[in-house]
Amino acid sequence: MTPQLAVFFVLAAIAVLGAASLILQKHPIHSALSLIVVMVALAGLYLLLGAEFVAAVQIIVYGGAIMVLFIFVIMLLNAGVEEHTSISKMAGPPGLLLTVALAGFIAASLVRSTSTVQSTMQSGQIASTRDLSSMLFKDFVYPFELTSFLILVAVLGAIVLAHRERN
Amino acid sequence: MIPFLQANAELIITVVKIALLMFIVLTVNAYLTWFERKVVAHMQSRWGPHRVGPHGLLQPLADGVKFLFKEDPTPAGVDKFTYYLAPLLALALALTSIALIPFGPDPILLFGHKIYLGIVSPDINIGILGLFAITALGVYGVALAGWSSNSKYSLLGGLRSSAQMISYELALTMSVVGVLLLAGSFNLKDIINAQFNPRHPGLGILGWNIFPQILGFICFFIAAVAETNRVPFDLPEAESELVAGFHTEYASFKFAMFFIAEYTSMITVSALCSILFFGGWLSPFPASWTFTHYLPSLILIPAGLWVIWDGIHYETIFGKIILPGLGTAFVAIGAVLLALPVVNLYIQGPFWLLSKIFVFLFVYVWMRGTLPRFRYDQLMAFGWKFLLPVSIANVIITAFAILMWGAK
Amino acid sequence: MVPTNYYIVLSAILFGLGVLAFVFKRNVITIFMSIELMLNAVNLAFVAFSQATGKLDGQIFVLFVIVVAAAEAAVGLGIIILIARNRKSLNVERVDLLKL
Repeated sequence: MTPQLAVFFVLAAIAVLGAASLILQKHPIHSALSLIVVMVALAGLYLLLGAEFVAAVQIIVYGGAIMVLFIFVIMLLNAGVEEHTSISKMAGPPGLLLTVALAGFIAASLVRSTSTVQSTMQSGQIASTRDLSSMLFKDFVYPFELTSFLILVAVLGAIVLAHRERN
Repeated sequence: MIPFLQANAELIITVVKIALLMFIVLTVNAYLTWFERKVVAHMQSRWGPHRVGPHGLLQPLADGVKFLFKEDPTPAGVDKFTYYLAPLLALALALTSIALIPFGPDPILLFGHKIYLGIVSPDINIGILGLFAITALGVYGVALAGWSSNSKYSLLGGLRSSAQMISYELALTMSVVGVLLLAGSFNLKDIINAQFNPRHPGLGILGWNIFPQILGFICFFIAAVAETNRVPFDLPEAESELVAGFHTEYASFKFAMFFIAEYTSMITVSALCSILFFGGWLSPFPASWTFTHYLPSLILIPAGLWVIWDGIHYETIFGKIILPGLGTAFVAIGAVLLALPVVNLYIQGPFWLLSKIFVFLFVYVWMRGTLPRFRYDQLMAFGWKFLLPVSIANVIITAFAILMWGAK
Repeated sequence: MVPTNYYIVLSAILFGLGVLAFVFKRNVITIFMSIELMLNAVNLAFVAFSQATGKLDGQIFVLFVIVVAAAEAAVGLGIIILIARNRKSLNVERVDLLKL
């Protein structure tokens, strides 16, 4: 059990427990906190994979901005504990089984494909931000500009949607 | 025992460093509150704490004891998990950001192991980005504290405070991009080394980032003061406003946790200011002026003698014992530095960094004693309509300058 | 060195948990959060493959996914605020008819 494997298992356990807690909690704020835990665990996994810039961006953008947006909305709408509705209880266990089958199918097909992927990376190599940014601004400059336009549209849309009508 | 120590040497060194640094940071926090109260008081022509120990030096101890023994009520109807989590989160994040700050360039070589000053070596590839990540997560402590307290004042204060923190976080990050463009790396060690100016064998101070990046520094400092919820941006937690904002319903020890988190983030921001814009551990004098190496001793020995003289003439007996003892300790450290030139050379880097951090903390306290506070809408308008465009303009100007004149 | 398959299995498990949360929860904000969980699971698979092949394309794509998820969260939460104002409830079962 190398230290890397041990760290992987710890972070993976935290991520899975966080995701399970997202499902099992009754109050949406607790679900949001569990999702933040999942995101921080995933940032740790990205660091383990050598993607340090992506890990930092994950915490800053996802954990520090998007989830704060979720928590603001939950606070502003005064979301309470989930009501218990009487939807069919029979759909529970088959749904669970089907989801497990879906996850298993995804895992199996991806694992089968990794054997055909050539592994050229040396272990423990860290992706440098310099290479990442030169690739982003040279090969991917068109999607980059499009995403900046997308964010502008999203900001305008959010303002228009949340604006209270003045009569 | 010894083979166990040999095998896990790195782990044990790190654990000892963490314990030592946490103790030092908490003590510095306590005496920072003493310093603030004294300085603000003297600016307002009064004495400040001066009864509890000689010159009020035991006041933080008294405050700590008070916080520990005060009754800790939990209001009714709070969301228990979040109510207990919020101060814990704020304190944990504030203390974690101290771990990423390097306090000196060279490691100490002890038994063949390199021990860096600071928890990690200064050579992390994403140094500054990691610090921003921790700052970004700091919003949660405030927002969750405001919401979980089951009180209108707390909710409003928490929402206002977290909205303020998020808005100024953008300006904070953008104002640092100019420095990153000049240094070419996120690594804190590279940023400091890029400010070492070998082309001008004159003053070392000319290479510091403050001169090309004066606009960036102004934006960074203002945004950082707003980010740490200090005057003039402390409307959400001022006593005369929304009762006490997001920490209204928090009593003794939990309030102390928020308090410590705020002062620790002040220390982190001061350290960042000095590392990014003022040369970190670099000396402002040229390297050829080796007589400036005696500056630490030159400050410590007269200060120690003055404290001894003051203590001898002090009123209470307690002061007559403690103050000369303190003064003798200062003189002894200064004398040791004079006697051992190896230690003196090693201590130069950390001495300059700590002096710069001290200067910035004094500016923070000075602003507290002097400036009135912003109204909330003025605050938000300032952050979005002035500070963010100015920091973006700084990035554009810096990029343009680098394109025209090389890495200047 | 952790084998890539471990990351893939973890990513599939997280995706499955996201689907579970999407299907079984009633609160519209929690359903939205499960979408973010699914996006994160996919990001993990991308970065794992990026490390396995040695190319950086996977990490670039992850940056774009994060940006798109941010834009989507902003607009989606705006819509949720409007729904909550109109229907006075955050339960998806109350929002399944066009009639108020």
